[in-house]
Amino acid sequence: MTSNVLEVRQLAKSFGGVKAVSNVSFDLARGQLLAMIGPNGAGKSTCFNLINGQLRPDHGTITILGKKANGLKPRDVWKLGVGRTFQIAASFGSMTVLENVQMARLSYHRQTTSLFKSVPRLNRDHAMELLRLVGIEDQYNRACGVLAYGDVKRVELAVALANDPKLLLMDEPTAGMGPAERQEMMALTSSIIETRNIGVLFTEHDMDVVFGRSDRIIVLNRGELVAEGTPDEVRNNRRVQEIYLGEEPV
Amino acid sequence: MGFYIVQTLTGLSDASSLFLVACGLSLIFGVSRIVNMAHGSFYMVGAYLAYFFIDKLPQGPFHFWIGILLSALAVGLIGMIVEVFLLRRLYHAPELFILFATFGIVLIIQDLSRWLFGAEDILGQQAPGLSSSINIMGSYIPQYDIALIIIAPLILLGLWLLLTKTRWGILVRAATEDREMTDALGVNQTWLFTSVFFLGSFLAGLGGAVQLPKGGADLLMDLNIIATAFVIVVVGGMGSIPGAYLAAVIIGELNAFGILVFPQSTLVLMFLVMAVVLIIRPYGLLGKEEAPEHDNAPAPESIIRPASRRLKTAGAVFLAVILALPAVANTFQLVLITEIALFALACMSLYFIMGPGGMVSFGHAAYFGGGAYFAALMVHYLHTPMELTLFLAPLLTGCLALIIGWFCVQLSGVYLAMLTLAFAQICWSIVFQWGAVTGGDDGLLSIWPSAWASNKIIFYYLAMTLCIGGILILRHFIFTPFGYTLRACRDSALRVDSIGINLKRHQWFAFSIAGIFAGLAGGLYVFLKGSIFPDEMAISRSFDFLFMVLLGGVNSLFGPIAGSAAFTWLHDTISRINLWQLILGSIFIVLVVAFPQGIAGSIGSRLNKYFRDPA
Amino acid sequence: MKHVSRIAALFTLVTFLGLFCITSAFAADTIKIGEINTYSKLTNFTFPYRNGWQLALSEINAAGGVNGKMLEVISRDDAGKPGTAVTIAEELVTKDKVALLMGSFFSHIGLALTDFAKRNKVLYVAAEPLSDALVWAKGNRYTFRLRPSTYMQAAMLAAEAAKNPAKKWATIAPNYAYGKDAVKSFKKVLKSLRPDVEFVAEQWPALFKINAGSEIQALTAAKPDAVFNVTFGGDLAKFVREGKLRGFFKNTFVVSLLTGEPEYIDPLKGEAPEGWLVTGYPWYEIKTPAHDKFAAAYQKKYNDYPRTGSLVGYNVMMAVAAMLKKAGSTDTEKMVDAMEGLTFDSPVGPILFRKIDHQSTMGAYVGYTALKDGKGKMVDWAYKDGKDFLPGDAEVMQLRAK
Repeated sequence: MTSNVLEVRQLAKSFGGVKAVSNVSFDLARGQLLAMIGPNGAGKSTCFNLINGQLRPDHGTITILGKKANGLKPRDVWKLGVGRTFQIAASFGSMTVLENVQMARLSYHRQTTSLFKSVPRLNRDHAMELLRLVGIEDQYNRACGVLAYGDVKRVELAVALANDPKLLLMDEPTAGMGPAERQEMMALTSSIIETRNIGVLFTEHDMDVVFGRSDRIIVLNRGELVAEGTPDEVRNNRRVQEIYLGEEPV
Repeated sequence: MGFYIVQTLTGLSDASSLFLVACGLSLIFGVSRIVNMAHGSFYMVGAYLAYFFIDKLPQGPFHFWIGILLSALAVGLIGMIVEVFLLRRLYHAPELFILFATFGIVLIIQDLSRWLFGAEDILGQQAPGLSSSINIMGSYIPQYDIALIIIAPLILLGLWLLLTKTRWGILVRAATEDREMTDALGVNQTWLFTSVFFLGSFLAGLGGAVQLPKGGADLLMDLNIIATAFVIVVVGGMGSIPGAYLAAVIIGELNAFGILVFPQSTLVLMFLVMAVVLIIRPYGLLGKEEAPEHDNAPAPESIIRPASRRLKTAGAVFLAVILALPAVANTFQLVLITEIALFALACMSLYFIMGPGGMVSFGHAAYFGGGAYFAALMVHYLHTPMELTLFLAPLLTGCLALIIGWFCVQLSGVYLAMLTLAFAQICWSIVFQWGAVTGGDDGLLSIWPSAWASNKIIFYYLAMTLCIGGILILRHFIFTPFGYTLRACRDSALRVDSIGINLKRHQWFAFSIAGIFAGLAGGLYVFLKGSIFPDEMAISRSFDFLFMVLLGGVNSLFGPIAGSAAFTWLHDTISRINLWQLILGSIFIVLVVAFPQGIAGSIGSRLNKYFRDPA
Repeated sequence: MKHVSRIAALFTLVTFLGLFCITSAFAADTIKIGEINTYSKLTNFTFPYRNGWQLALSEINAAGGVNGKMLEVISRDDAGKPGTAVTIAEELVTKDKVALLMGSFFSHIGLALTDFAKRNKVLYVAAEPLSDALVWAKGNRYTFRLRPSTYMQAAMLAAEAAKNPAKKWATIAPNYAYGKDAVKSFKKVLKSLRPDVEFVAEQWPALFKINAGSEIQALTAAKPDAVFNVTFGGDLAKFVREGKLRGFFKNTFVVSLLTGEPEYIDPLKGEAPEGWLVTGYPWYEIKTPAHDKFAAAYQKKYNDYPRTGSLVGYNVMMAVAAMLKKAGSTDTEKMVDAMEGLTFDSPVGPILFRKIDHQSTMGAYVGYTALKDGKGKMVDWAYKDGKDFLPGDAEVMQLRAK
């Protein structure tokens, strides 16, 4: 039993002959915030979708919490103890903030086909606790569809945490946020990692966020892993500098 | 040999007429996403106008073709007028409301045509120079059939050139593939839509005009062609013109040869093909997968709240009125209210999958009629008592919905709706065709309630108990974890998948629940009417339910009740006036313009504020 | 946009209020009769029918009504749906308090009303529906039918067709109950008269959705000597045109149900088929004083010539009036008793409502089609009295047995 929540080995995926991801391997341990970066088209999204089950890998293995997760459907990946947030927040717009979180708890308790209980009272306390954790408990009764975008992202985070995940996959968690909001969001993420002892893999465009917050960074380019290490190591990596400064200045 | 050649050619010429109607429909759908029910009406008007133009034009070598062209242009103009003065106001409304409005146009054109063109069937003129036939190895094929076989590919070619070689065509194709992108490109959509509507209607009119020598013009043409046209559009791929031609050829040949093998098969073949295509290739033979539509942010009203005290009081008052009604109302009023309650239950079950479930069904009559037929068959053959029948029929209908639903939930959006339609038609044709068991269109008669419930007042109470009970149970379901999950599936497929929910399984389950309650409504309906006929399973019944729900509003839990009450009462009241279809059609249109959220939706959002407990 | 919505809302409200005000208010000393038919569809058949009974009604009331009371007909549209027809029947009986029901065109609606009549013990006089079941398999004490049934008309044609040497027969009929009944009856009667004939093909196009070219091809492939046709309306027009173009009728003897009726043959104009054996209504050649009077009155009132529907509508109204006169009451049981064995005079001669099965003996005209002055007409026709083309009493009793 290792302390790794995610182990990726020789992962590969191609679309019509074009290699989107090839031979990518990395680990993510509990309590770590791991950033995945790379220029556009580097294969970040593909890699992400292979791990969360949206796509099936051609080769390689994905091990989540010691269990093989290759080719599982997203909903089965979730059952292994994985929470997700999306680049464009996906929430249930016709439900209140609280109900969004309750919904995830219902699924966790396998109650989604129940025709006898009434939702409003189910899992309420736990859901409120999660809302408090992400700091939007005061908006619990508002429709998710009318929230400010930054708040929807927080709801998403609360929803993602509802199954007490050990691994959190966050696709551009701060996309569409202002600088102050970004820092807040990442501070929140860091504190969650600490208190819950979970591993977080995230992609991000904002280099301040990436280098300021993450424990480790992996860099993809043209589908391949080109660098891996602490922020300092990556910052000083020559290939990374080439990629970001030489070819595609940020 | 000659026989098979001629049969093939006959199928091809049928395909040509079908293609002309379907390609316009496909074009309009592709660009505007409007399911234009009035397309068949334009086809009919095209036939009538061409007949009169040809009749009035001075005879000459070309008067026939000039007449056809004039008629198609005139129909194109009518289409343009409809678009500019009506549909344009509705583009912000939900797509289903536009469908509802176009059905209003169908009713209006139906009555106007009778008034303008007369009730008598018209036999079309022959095309000059093409009024005899050609002998192919001992079999004859009319010359005009050959002309049709040539015309359709020419039109296909013309449309193809128009769509690929002109700027307009490129815009149309861009809009077909991704509406939002054309928005972003700054294209003048208004102008694009109007021109597409003109062209689509022009083609419908042309289709009607060109088939004159093969038949003529009559008032049943509109609804007779529209289902076939939709089948072709769906089979070919929505928005795909070559697809429409391919599908038309398949359906044309299938009909031509189908009648040789199974002479009675014509009713069902087409819909079987559509079901199979939708299951194997959901986007049609030559259709492209649509760019996913972005989640529409639902209105905040769509948050559901448990009944407030005020609402409970209002409900209690309503119940008391229902309970006390037999003391003041006459039997007819009771029968009418019973009927409204049955429809309300059926509508509620449709609403259940349409509102919270987000799955539009064009074939709900399959379950209503299915329940009715299960009940009628049990009583007729097994002499089961009413009580047992009313228990078993819904369960059997639930099983039917389980079968149909399994296929349907593999799809989504308009494709799902079309597959429900196909299954409903297959069920209908089984009932219609299998006369030895179901009585065919002579129906099953003399199915009356048990002795204790045969009194109309007692039956009223029985039906009310079951219907209101059913409605309340369905309403309760919406507040249960299952109901929430269903709404979650509608709101965001991505999100439900990422919190471990099997979307299709829940949608499938919802289908069978809806089936059970629609089946209950159907079972009661048989005992109310005493007889059952295939009409209760036909397309028109499915659309009745759809319109009732739309009338009530898809955002409101009370929409189905308000909608069925308004619809049934309206029908009963105005059907005593001449030209009532004209009035009903106008009312539909006005309603859609005035209340784009449905009656209960609009009034309800105001009432909601009242019924919410004071904070 | 907002003001448009408001105006529209106002308009809706006004319309609704307006509709509330429309009620059949005046209740004088009249006998009310409920009439149900499909007036929003198939109007080419139902409008002449309505003209027919309206003509009779005005004649009856002009002559002082029945037993000192005027007749009042409350006419409703069933939109072609049996469920709607039953609701309307309920409304007519319980709210409008009509004494009896009459009408309907479609067989299935007729059957729904038959069942309604039985359960609610209301007299129902079916006018146009042809289904045999109406008076036999589903017949009951409270239902009577005027028009000669599918069986009677098919039997009339079969009797005449038996004289033709044709041996190999094919049939084409719309794929619904009427088509199936007609083919079954025709086969049965023809076989009984001519055991040597054989039926080599059956085609069943969907009603009003015929693929005429393909159907003609399929019939041709079976090489029949003769064809029994039941298609009508738009289907018939397509069938005739394709058949001519494809040379199918050249060597084929065609027997065709109802085709001689003006409703069906007139739209064909100069392309009407020639030499077909048909049932129909040659109003232009019927020269009896009773019919002359009817045709002249009809022509005068509507500036149009009568169709079969007009004759049926006229007769059914007259039958009801004669029955009311005989019963002297609007009590249902008394009216039923009066209806059984009722004889009344019609433009086509005296008609009897049989006690045994409640079928009237109104007949039909059987003859051959021909073209005259560019129009389809019937020639060599004869009026076949319905009473000669009904099965024997024993058989009828069996058919009606519960």
